[in-house]
Amino acid sequence: MTAVAEKGLPAAGPASEHTAPASSAPILRVDHLSMRFGGLTAVNDLSFVAKRGHITALIGPNGAGKTTVFNCITGFYKPTEGRIALQLGAESIWDELDGLTARGMRSIARSGGALFLLERMPDYLVTRTARVARTFQNIRLFPAMTVLENLLVAQHNTLMRASGFSVLGALHAPSYSRAEKSAVDKARYWLAKIDLIARADDLAGELPYGGQRRLEIARAMCTDPVLLCLDEPAAGLNPHESAELAGYLHFISGEHATSILLIEHDMSVVMEISDHIIVLDHGQRIADGTPDMIRNDAKVIAAYLGVEQEQVAVGAMQTP
Amino acid sequence: MRGEPRRTDARLSEAIRQAAITGLIAFGVLLPLIGFNTVQNIRNELVLETRWGLLASLVAIITAGRFFYALLAVPWLAKAAAQPESESSSAPFFARLRRWLAPISLCLLVLYPPIALGLAGFQGAVKWIDNFGVQILIYVMLGWGLNIVVGLAGLLDLGYVAFYAVGAYSYALLATNFGLSFWILLPIAGALAALWGILLGFPVLRLRGDYLAIVTLAFGEIIRLVLINWVPVTNGYAGITSIPRPTFFGIPFNATDQGFAARFGLEFSPIYRTIFLYYLILALALVTAAVTVRLRRLPLGRAWEALREDEIACRSLGINTTNTKLTAFAMGGMFAGFAGSFFASRQGFISPESFTFMESAVIVAIVVLGGMGSLIGVAIAAILMIGGTEVMRELDFLKIVFGSDFDPTQYRMLLFGLAMVLIMIFKPRGLITTRKPSVVLHGHPEPRWLERKVRPQAGTPLAQERSG
Repeated sequence: MTAVAEKGLPAAGPASEHTAPASSAPILRVDHLSMRFGGLTAVNDLSFVAKRGHITALIGPNGAGKTTVFNCITGFYKPTEGRIALQLGAESIWDELDGLTARGMRSIARSGGALFLLERMPDYLVTRTARVARTFQNIRLFPAMTVLENLLVAQHNTLMRASGFSVLGALHAPSYSRAEKSAVDKARYWLAKIDLIARADDLAGELPYGGQRRLEIARAMCTDPVLLCLDEPAAGLNPHESAELAGYLHFISGEHATSILLIEHDMSVVMEISDHIIVLDHGQRIADGTPDMIRNDAKVIAAYLGVEQEQVAVGAMQTP
Repeated sequence: MRGEPRRTDARLSEAIRQAAITGLIAFGVLLPLIGFNTVQNIRNELVLETRWGLLASLVAIITAGRFFYALLAVPWLAKAAAQPESESSSAPFFARLRRWLAPISLCLLVLYPPIALGLAGFQGAVKWIDNFGVQILIYVMLGWGLNIVVGLAGLLDLGYVAFYAVGAYSYALLATNFGLSFWILLPIAGALAALWGILLGFPVLRLRGDYLAIVTLAFGEIIRLVLINWVPVTNGYAGITSIPRPTFFGIPFNATDQGFAARFGLEFSPIYRTIFLYYLILALALVTAAVTVRLRRLPLGRAWEALREDEIACRSLGINTTNTKLTAFAMGGMFAGFAGSFFASRQGFISPESFTFMESAVIVAIVVLGGMGSLIGVAIAAILMIGGTEVMRELDFLKIVFGSDFDPTQYRMLLFGLAMVLIMIFKPRGLITTRKPSVVLHGHPEPRWLERKVRPQAGTPLAQERSG
């Protein structure tokens, strides 16, 4: 956190003061997404857009289908219906969306841009080629490996190519040594950012809870994502750690050109850092807008609290 | 001062109480098992015998054991547990030992045949080099091969002996039918076993843990049943005989003028072949170890370990878990294939008898006992388990005690089981549980548990680097 503050980044402050990059073309388009498990409809005809450089929050009561949306975006679930499109590079490639959908292909790359239909891709390709990284609601680190190793596993695909699929690496080729060194340097950069550099050689499972949360975010960032999906990153953090987390997320979206999609229950975090909020209830979108709009939206308040608006004005929905 | 005898009294009465309970339980359990015995008399009638003496002596032994355990062992263990600091004084010694363990044991392994020759002479040394050296090294190699699958990638494979069988039969069939040499067939057998590893890998990609174990167990049985029933090719139960023995790069080990002994001006002795086989399996095992050590530090090895830790997290990081699992199966299968072709050429005869589930169980036990992922631990476990079996064959003096029809090797499984239970109680993660990180940032040469004690405190250069 200290590192972030020194760089003069907005570590805290109301959302309205956080300025999004000028370009606000979408990076992710979700169209008519539905996910049914047998008779249960977890997500029902959901459409939304996440803009490049924005921090987009997905909120809603428990069981609203937020994590299901994440699992569809990151390829862990195959959606029953709908389209999830992600764009890299030149924005003009968005014009190809309908053609790509009709042709039944996974992706298209043309004139400096690329478009991916994530619902057609297996989970590991969503990260490898479409560059979407994610974290999990219950932290999923590699507990018996060291912190540094966790960050190197995240750079597996780069290193695997550099190691000539283990052949060059086994022969101690200098090109692989260089690749490994730069991978360690990248890991060191992120460890310095999340204040874990002194614990680089400790087992990830031995870190305190807050450290594990930070490490999981750093590990996702080591895959060089353009879109980072965070599933309740502030769960279980104390108010101080939550404030720090907000700083990290600002840093990631500001310095690393990584757009963020966020599921969060901690309203102080959501209201502070989000550029845009999408509210889900029972698998459907009930509201969509800036934090200020969401804060005063009658439907949202009803979904969360089920009480009159007057009571809410002094209650939990207020930002601190 | 007055507290001391009172505490001893309390301990004594507690020990008596525990011993009494244990004795009662032992009596209850052993009464039907030991107390009564049915025998057939001369008219083929079942007669109930009672063995009160034996029952009483067993219950007495168990009761006494519990009494002394509660009286002496428990306080000692509690005292040991209360003084964890005593470990730190011996820690540097163990650190030094660890660093020198690999080179020293390597030297011993290389020098083992001459030492055995010197101590036991030409006749006696065959037993020591073959039964103890070669036999144990085969299992060390199999353990290290399975360690890739089970220890690193975390895929519990109970049918590992199938790849061993594929390697052995590949060598035996190709050598007897086409007359190819050992050195050509070694890589072929390895490749075929790796191929079978991939074939097994595909259907079980989605399985983990218990389910994977069951399917791999079935795979092992399928291979064995095919070997038994595909008589035109494998010759069924009768097995394959007169498999060509390995040659010293073209020079056979026999008594002819062209043989190894004659060419090198030595007197003929079967020991030369045994010594050659010893160095051959030693080299193969060391290749297995070297490949494992190197791969563990490469992205592929780290991906295997990450797969063991959390498969879903692996997929979220863009790792193709399908390929990662298949490479683990293929790599493990390949080393079993090497070991199998060595086994076939060493024995000169193979049959499905050699590839039963028991073999898989022994190899898995070696890996689990040794500590999953630890090469040294697996080697120690192989020496204990296989060497222990061989030692049991040597315990002839026990026949004097228990009668001439007593065969100590029949108690092998009992002792395996006992060793497993003891390991589970005292070392649930195996003999050697320290894991060396594949890459370090701060460059401590010491093992992890030492590192923790020398970690810099606030104010040291490292901490300043962190805040800067």
